[in-house]
Amino acid sequence: MRAALVRRALQMIAFSAIGVLALITVFIVREGAPVLYKTGVGHFLFGGAWRPLEGEFGIWPMIVGSTVVTIGALAIGVPLALACAIVLAELAPPRARALLKPTIELLAGIPSVVYGFMGVVLLVPWIREHLGGPGPSVLAASVILGIMIMPTIIGISIDALQAVPRSYREGSRALGATEWQTIRMVVLPAARSGLVAAVILGMGRALGETMAVIMVAGNSVRVPHAITDPVRTLTANIALEMGYASGDHARALFATAIVLFVIVMALNSLASLARRRPRRRTRRPLWRRALGALSRGAR
Amino acid sequence: MKRSLSVVAFACLALGACKRDGGGAGNAQGPLTLAGSTSVQPFAEKWSEAYSAAHPGAQINVQGGGSTAGIKAAQTGAAQIGTVSRDLKADEKSLTPIVVARDGIAIVVNPANPITDLTLAQVKAIFSGQAKSWKELGGIDKPLNVITREEGSGTRGAFEELALGGSKVATSALVQDSTGAVREMVHGDPAAIGYISLGLVNDQVKAVKLAGVDATEANVVAGKYPLVRPFLFVTQGAPTGTAKDFIAYVLSPAGQELVRKEGLIPAQ
Amino acid sequence: MSTTSPSLGRMSPPLVAPRVTQIVAKTLLWAATALTVGVLVFIVAFVLRRGLPYVTGDFLTEAPRDMGRAGGILPMIVGTLYVTAVAVAVATPLGLGTAIYLTEYTRGGFLTRVVRFGAECLAGVPSIIFGLFGFVFFVITLGMGWSVLAGGLTLAFMILPTVIRTAEEAVKSVPPQYREVAYTLGASKWQAIVKVVLPSALPGILTGIILGIGRSLSETAAVIFTAGSSLKMPVSLFDPARTMSVHFYLLAREGISMPKAYATAAVLVLAILVINATAYGLMHRFMKRFS
Repeated sequence: MRAALVRRALQMIAFSAIGVLALITVFIVREGAPVLYKTGVGHFLFGGAWRPLEGEFGIWPMIVGSTVVTIGALAIGVPLALACAIVLAELAPPRARALLKPTIELLAGIPSVVYGFMGVVLLVPWIREHLGGPGPSVLAASVILGIMIMPTIIGISIDALQAVPRSYREGSRALGATEWQTIRMVVLPAARSGLVAAVILGMGRALGETMAVIMVAGNSVRVPHAITDPVRTLTANIALEMGYASGDHARALFATAIVLFVIVMALNSLASLARRRPRRRTRRPLWRRALGALSRGAR
Repeated sequence: MKRSLSVVAFACLALGACKRDGGGAGNAQGPLTLAGSTSVQPFAEKWSEAYSAAHPGAQINVQGGGSTAGIKAAQTGAAQIGTVSRDLKADEKSLTPIVVARDGIAIVVNPANPITDLTLAQVKAIFSGQAKSWKELGGIDKPLNVITREEGSGTRGAFEELALGGSKVATSALVQDSTGAVREMVHGDPAAIGYISLGLVNDQVKAVKLAGVDATEANVVAGKYPLVRPFLFVTQGAPTGTAKDFIAYVLSPAGQELVRKEGLIPAQ
Repeated sequence: MSTTSPSLGRMSPPLVAPRVTQIVAKTLLWAATALTVGVLVFIVAFVLRRGLPYVTGDFLTEAPRDMGRAGGILPMIVGTLYVTAVAVAVATPLGLGTAIYLTEYTRGGFLTRVVRFGAECLAGVPSIIFGLFGFVFFVITLGMGWSVLAGGLTLAFMILPTVIRTAEEAVKSVPPQYREVAYTLGASKWQAIVKVVLPSALPGILTGIILGIGRSLSETAAVIFTAGSSLKMPVSLFDPARTMSVHFYLLAREGISMPKAYATAAVLVLAILVINATAYGLMHRFMKRFS
């Protein structure tokens, strides 16, 4: 009797995450859908003019903005993060690893506004002086986001690399391959699905960041033509105008959130698909698995 | 650590209790919330600081959020007083507006910028995106970095109406979502130009003359400076209780003197 | 499985001696690592060096004056603790309950997959969307106003996936023999969970909670729309509050005071480093015990 009760209660609790997700979806859609409907999804997505006070809602510049900034962030963050993960998982002597790995994991927790502020203080003036343009730009946002997503990508990638069975490496070395050949031709391909998931999750983080981007991107509603041009992302659009928006303007911001939500959900599904690809089951130490979970969860 | 935390917690509770009691003893009841325009917020903070000093029991929360959020907050009762930095629109007239101050809008540039005077036509050309370089205006050989507030901002609305005759700021302009952020950006960029509340001009930026008229309080009062807007408190119906008392203080000579010191122009 | 098996047999004769390639590759990798770690460490060092000189006793124990241009950050510290406490108080039972259900009551199966997918999706939702949602749902629809409660509940939803995932790993890692011993001694399933499984999994569970705390501390977008930005000391759950991250964001962005902004950032970064280090340490101990 009591056991059944406990079971029921726990079952209900277990649905809290799904429930919250549903609640968020319902409220965002309820607020945003009327404008999407009124403007037409095509016009809303591909319209180039954002004049919210005149009832003109086209978020194409912001979609482009989010896309280029995210690509930029990946171009900067992924190679460095993967290199770092390879070094930490494969090459570093135990003592260097014992020092570097915790350092990176600790740094994963630095507030994004601090990264944004560093961008404002150091990067933006440098770009203005040496590369031209107003300073706040696609480049500034990409660099800041690229740095920001590195700890996330490093954490998950190390996980993926260490999940590759030791026997693969030993076999390869026994055949006369060098350490680097082994990494490039054996370890990396074997860990591919995990690495892809790491990159996709980093992408999600870059796409979803708000405050740091507002600080360094310039936020002009215009499709950028150069990396020194200012740019506005979907997230920045929402946060910048939310304070003063009313009526359809506010609803259009919720509609922007719907678009963002859909993109992020698609990415998440991709990442979990990538992770679920069959790979040789090895029992990673609990510590690895848990930390992997942490670095994913603590984003 | 734990102990000092619990001491802090206890202190907070005790403080809260005293505040409540004090509030009950006076004619004020419960906390008063002001929400709205970020342009009004710093002045509302000042008024609240001074009012709380004179009325130790009073508890006043000052929130940002924007003019429209302030109107919404006043309508729904989330705040007793909404603060607004533009004229009310037709569908907002159900609220009671009280002009608590007036504010000039200053055109600001970096202190290092040699430009000191612009005509209204030049301002229009700059902000509508026709002018591209400071050179065209007789200044340095650098591209103009125009900075504007976001769509929906009261300051932007007032600026577009008063300075641009209702047309829009160019989309190429950088967008910042608060007066402070605009000022900070102009402060950091020798080629930047923006517009902010006259009361918030400080030594980080330089306010330019408009057609030879200095952006000063005296010129606003004398009606010479063209860019002026009202700061409103809006309430649902006539204000009562703490709200009424607070508004009376704001409109009193002491309250008005306080904002004059901060560079605003008294209501009347 | 062709992609995952060694393909050395198909290797063509290299143009450059493998040894040379290896040296080049390793040098590049190490350089990239040095750059990455260097940048991250530089950011922390920069903030601490600029900020710590302004972190005084008064700064930590005074209320801000003049919009934060003078005075300290006590109300923000209290506000941050308050909002975080609400978030943890709500997220812990939900997260722990979910984890227990997933590990002890269903093994695999459709339900587990649905719940896990939900948690994963929730983990990927951008914080600005949590902020928007919290604003419409808690602040407006439920009429909480900008408050500690609204901010805390929004953060609770945001950290829920972290708590679920870590708690699940922790509970899962308790060896099955522990439960069997409890059953042989006549314990019910629930008794076994409460008396045996949870205590053994405690450090892992705590780690998740601590990481959730860290995330709450550093969040800005979701709190600014739900807890507000009032400078006043929050007393009741329904008072608005400004957390340290929001305070830092406003100080820095609006150029109110750079020294105070750096000082706030320094306090924030130190707090988060300490919290993450604690989580890391706990995890380390936990791992030693079960491996």
